[in-house]
Amino acid sequence: MTEILWLGRGGQGAFTAAKLLGAAYSAKGEVSHGLAFPSFGPERRGAPVRAFTKLDSKPVLDRSETEKADYIVILDETLYGENLVNLLKEDGKILINSKTGRGENVLNIDGNSLAAELKLPTSNTVMLGFLSAVSGTVSAEEICRAIEDYMPEKIREKNKLAVRRAIEEAAK
Amino acid sequence: MAKKFLSGDEAFAEGVRLARPDVISAYPITPQTIVVERLSEMVEDGSLKSEFIHVESEHSALSCAMGASAAGVRAFTATSSQGLLYMAECLVYASGGRFPIVMMNANRSTALPWNIYGDQRDSLALLDSGWIQAYAENAQESLDLALMSFYIAENKRVSTPFMANLDGFILTHTYEEVDVPETSLAEKFLPPYETENKLDPDAPKNMAFSAGPEHNYIFKYKEHKAMLEAAAVITEAEEKFAEIFGRKYTGLIEKYLADDADYIIVTLGSIAGLCRETADKLRAEGKRVGVVRIRYMRPFPAAELAEVLKNAKAAAVLEKDISFGNEGTVYTNVNSALFKHGVTLPTYNFIGGLGGRNISTADIENIFGTIEKGTDKKVNFIGIEVDENERDR
Repeated sequence: MTEILWLGRGGQGAFTAAKLLGAAYSAKGEVSHGLAFPSFGPERRGAPVRAFTKLDSKPVLDRSETEKADYIVILDETLYGENLVNLLKEDGKILINSKTGRGENVLNIDGNSLAAELKLPTSNTVMLGFLSAVSGTVSAEEICRAIEDYMPEKIREKNKLAVRRAIEEAAK
Repeated sequence: MAKKFLSGDEAFAEGVRLARPDVISAYPITPQTIVVERLSEMVEDGSLKSEFIHVESEHSALSCAMGASAAGVRAFTATSSQGLLYMAECLVYASGGRFPIVMMNANRSTALPWNIYGDQRDSLALLDSGWIQAYAENAQESLDLALMSFYIAENKRVSTPFMANLDGFILTHTYEEVDVPETSLAEKFLPPYETENKLDPDAPKNMAFSAGPEHNYIFKYKEHKAMLEAAAVITEAEEKFAEIFGRKYTGLIEKYLADDADYIIVTLGSIAGLCRETADKLRAEGKRVGVVRIRYMRPFPAAELAEVLKNAKAAAVLEKDISFGNEGTVYTNVNSALFKHGVTLPTYNFIGGLGGRNISTADIENIFGTIEKGTDKKVNFIGIEVDENERDR
């Protein structure tokens, strides 16, 4: 099972990204199953929030919060801390929306600039694209199909572009 | 059929849409809110032709559904926790009046301390209200249960209201892949509601009347008989469902590796999946363990539980509930069933998940380990160390 922990702030769309990934992965076929859920509780704009995606070849039965993740995706760099490594599997990786790197296991992308270029208010789909490039769990096409299915029409094109641009950046 | 990535609440709302209730009356409460939000959107966009009544309280929500049912139409409501408790007075009215209303309850902790997370104390406190009580495990079962609940409740041999329970957040807010059936198939499965138990100017009758000691007793006996009869109708509904939609359900309980198991966890709701996964792991280590999931608390699967547990060496009842001063209510019910059917084996109660606290794989492994070794302590609280002098009553 591949487990992804998303860290963001209320309003940044961490759960939307978690859900799109789960939907994109589930739609791959009969042997791919996704589960996605937010950190439960009241929703408050600006407060730190977590979201979870679990991906497996069989239906995911463990609905509890991830204790050790394969990937931690950070939408807001102020949420980074060195102790996050405790939530990571041994060969796990942290993906952070930041201009600056943080050393081993931590991969960064300047998601804010990319999002601003596309006039997007948040970098959640940029980070989803970046995760796709790093992990290979889902392709750009699979994510774009999930965006078609689950995002409001007027923001679809921009977000699909964000995914593709992030994948291009990662390849540089 | 279309596959969609839906939460438990959204899946249930899709099931209700397919069941085509004429009246939906509800008051929002976390974690039920999404169900009624989705249904109101469906009514707005025309995909569901229903009268949506946003009432001022849960007491009114069920009163309104009862009024609709008494007018001879299909009615739905949904609630959770304090909302369900606020409705309590109306619950017995609906069951006594034999109104086959369907309600979704998002299982949530009861105050105080205030807490919006999941446990099963709300619905289990109302086990005696005369409602059928089902507990779903995942989003697919939630959708399917929504559709089947009307079929079962409205059957003339049953005519009893139906409470479908979904674990708050862990099921209501968790997204997974769900098959959403075609409307035409749903229509084939569930015909329009027809009843004689209605206000009808052409066939006037007395409804919601008083009954003195002599007759009241007979009405209560008939309610009990109808609830017992629901067990057979549940099987009928599931057979027809499998025929039309291709998905099979197993009646009042679901067994997993239980037939030859020495040690069995009996549980209900969404935690059953993790129990099965843990059982797989322990089986691979050579342990003969199994899981039984109670799908219906009313009618209660007494004979089914006695049958599946009769050859086991010990059983644990894992539940998100406590009846203070005694034990978990599911445990009480299971023990009563075993005693009634002459099945003797050590049973233990494990209380966990109150107020939404996590139950982990390690906790479940620990339950299997504890009942294999045996313990003097019959009622155990997961994650709480107790003084060794503390005794059960």
